[in-house]
Amino acid sequence: MNIIVCIKQVPDTTNVKINPETNTLIREGVSSIINPFDMYAIEEGLRLKEKFGGKVTVISLGPPQSINALKEAVGMGTDEAVQLSDRAFAGSDSWATAYTLSLAIKKMGEFDIILCGKQAIDGDTGQVGPGLASQLGITQLTYVFKIVRLDPGTGTIAVERLLEEGREIVEAKLPALLTVVKNINQPRSTSLFHIRRASQLIIPTWTVADLPGADPSSLGLKGSPTQVIKIFSPPKREGALDLIKADGAEEAAAILADKIIAEKIL
Amino acid sequence: MPLLDIDKDKCVGCGACIDACPFGALSLVDDMVVVNDKCTGCGACLLACPMHALSLPDKRPKEATANLADYSGVWVWVEQFNGQTGDISMEMLGQGRKLADQRKAALTACVLGHHVEHITKEAISFGADRVFWVDNESLGSYTTAPYASTLINLIHEYKPEIFLLGASARGRDLAGSVASLLHTGLTADCTGLDIDPENGLLMQTRPAFGGNIMATIICPHHRPQMATVRYRVFEKPVADCHRQGQVIPVKAAMSADRLTAHVVDSILEKDEVNLADARVIVSGGHGVGGPAGFETLRKLAEVLGGAVGSSRSAVDAGWISYAHQVGQTGRTVRPDLYIACGISGQIQHLAGMKTSKVIVAINTNPEAPIFNVANYGIVGDLFQIVPALTKQFKKRLHK
Repeated sequence: MNIIVCIKQVPDTTNVKINPETNTLIREGVSSIINPFDMYAIEEGLRLKEKFGGKVTVISLGPPQSINALKEAVGMGTDEAVQLSDRAFAGSDSWATAYTLSLAIKKMGEFDIILCGKQAIDGDTGQVGPGLASQLGITQLTYVFKIVRLDPGTGTIAVERLLEEGREIVEAKLPALLTVVKNINQPRSTSLFHIRRASQLIIPTWTVADLPGADPSSLGLKGSPTQVIKIFSPPKREGALDLIKADGAEEAAAILADKIIAEKIL
Repeated sequence: MPLLDIDKDKCVGCGACIDACPFGALSLVDDMVVVNDKCTGCGACLLACPMHALSLPDKRPKEATANLADYSGVWVWVEQFNGQTGDISMEMLGQGRKLADQRKAALTACVLGHHVEHITKEAISFGADRVFWVDNESLGSYTTAPYASTLINLIHEYKPEIFLLGASARGRDLAGSVASLLHTGLTADCTGLDIDPENGLLMQTRPAFGGNIMATIICPHHRPQMATVRYRVFEKPVADCHRQGQVIPVKAAMSADRLTAHVVDSILEKDEVNLADARVIVSGGHGVGGPAGFETLRKLAEVLGGAVGSSRSAVDAGWISYAHQVGQTGRTVRPDLYIACGISGQIQHLAGMKTSKVIVAINTNPEAPIFNVANYGIVGDLFQIVPALTKQFKKRLHK
């Protein structure tokens, strides 16, 4: 079974604090991590390989240092990695990102399943997975909570999707693209054996020249239909904290209940 | 092409932008800021610069959609599940009506499903002038392909200028597919939509980096301008059942026998209110102590007609299922009332709830960061305060 996992390197927000004066990000040092949702995608890919055999390839589009995210994925046990990095890709929005990934995946050849995280924690759009599936013309199964069944013989898969109202089970034909949510599994750590392999593995970096049929006007900033025109701080929350002081829980609860009723939101 | 413009006449080399860059792309060379190729053009540094020396470059050399002027009107996808619509579609019809009026154009609702004729009237009563009504077995349970292909056919034929979908699981699934196949821009999870009075473009505002910065995004050269809209951002309009509108039956693009994906079962969370739609959320964190503690919260939620949420630590500890998680790796919610019980308020949790209308924090630690975003706070033991609150609300709400 040929499994492809798409990952993104994102800033590690656990280091991020907000400057209360300006409402902007303060970062202590700059570290990057694999997007947390993509960790679940990598783990799911490895589990499928362990069950059905085959190969797991990770792919990432990003600046040169995104190679570190790919190395970490290899350190977890993925077989191969491909980096997509070129100044021509810089500034891609979700459309251009999906387009570029689709060209690279077409070049990689036959595959059975593509795994992505449900969204990246920096952009939060969740649109690259569906965009990529559409550009490749394959079935998309988003917000997957569990792979219920996979039958390589008949080329079918059944997954449980997490929706607002609950969950649903969807059956589909392979190849398919899945975006996964947290808690589909518990991602493993890197292992010494695989880290050593990662240090020896030569990870190819593909540029525009490596993507057959790439339309230069559809790449990067130029190929992105959306354009950011303004960046601003989110409006601050109005009003100061009203800390309720009272004699005991009953009294505090009574005061709070009155105040909330007075807000006329219930 | 550089992703960041630095005005060298304005830059004083203070370095404020360097700390603000999430990617470590900025540094000082000879007391002047320089940008390296780690830059993604996210714009987080723009706010930090006291001299306004930084800007995102103007670009767009190419017109991608031919004959932009042929596109007019605002469309809304009316999501339904088992023949029932959610508030989010009505909220979008309300905002869509305003946008359509500003553009002096019609508002169209797209109602897709099986046995969903009743929704066409509902859409008109909430502001639609016209409804495309597609009734087919292939649309009975939502799957991407039949919905996307039907909408794409309609868009090719009728050419809307703006197309809005809810930022629900289905809405985001569908929007990503449709925008990709149409080769147009899509702005996900918008919390603001306005028309630029000068050029008539849709200005789409959304949070990024867990809500730490806001970005306004346009789609100048592609049509339709597509956006998904977060729950509970816009007011739900009052229905007017006397409103008149046109209902146009349309054929589905795929027949049921051509589907490649099938919904075979639904597992609905019984007795649970949908978090995304909830007006009140009672949420618990580390301080709740275990699964039994959530029962205490559930009683308060019940009295308030709300849903139960949780922080990540409670989910990771296995006290409550992931479907309840609020925050960066869970759901983003925007209720009228959010009661945080035993939640310290880490940045990742705040990202998911800080735009709630009224926030109440109950915590034993007076230094907990949750108090920084709360409107009301009680320092104390949630196991005493929450049952007391339940009792007090029961009394006041006559339940």
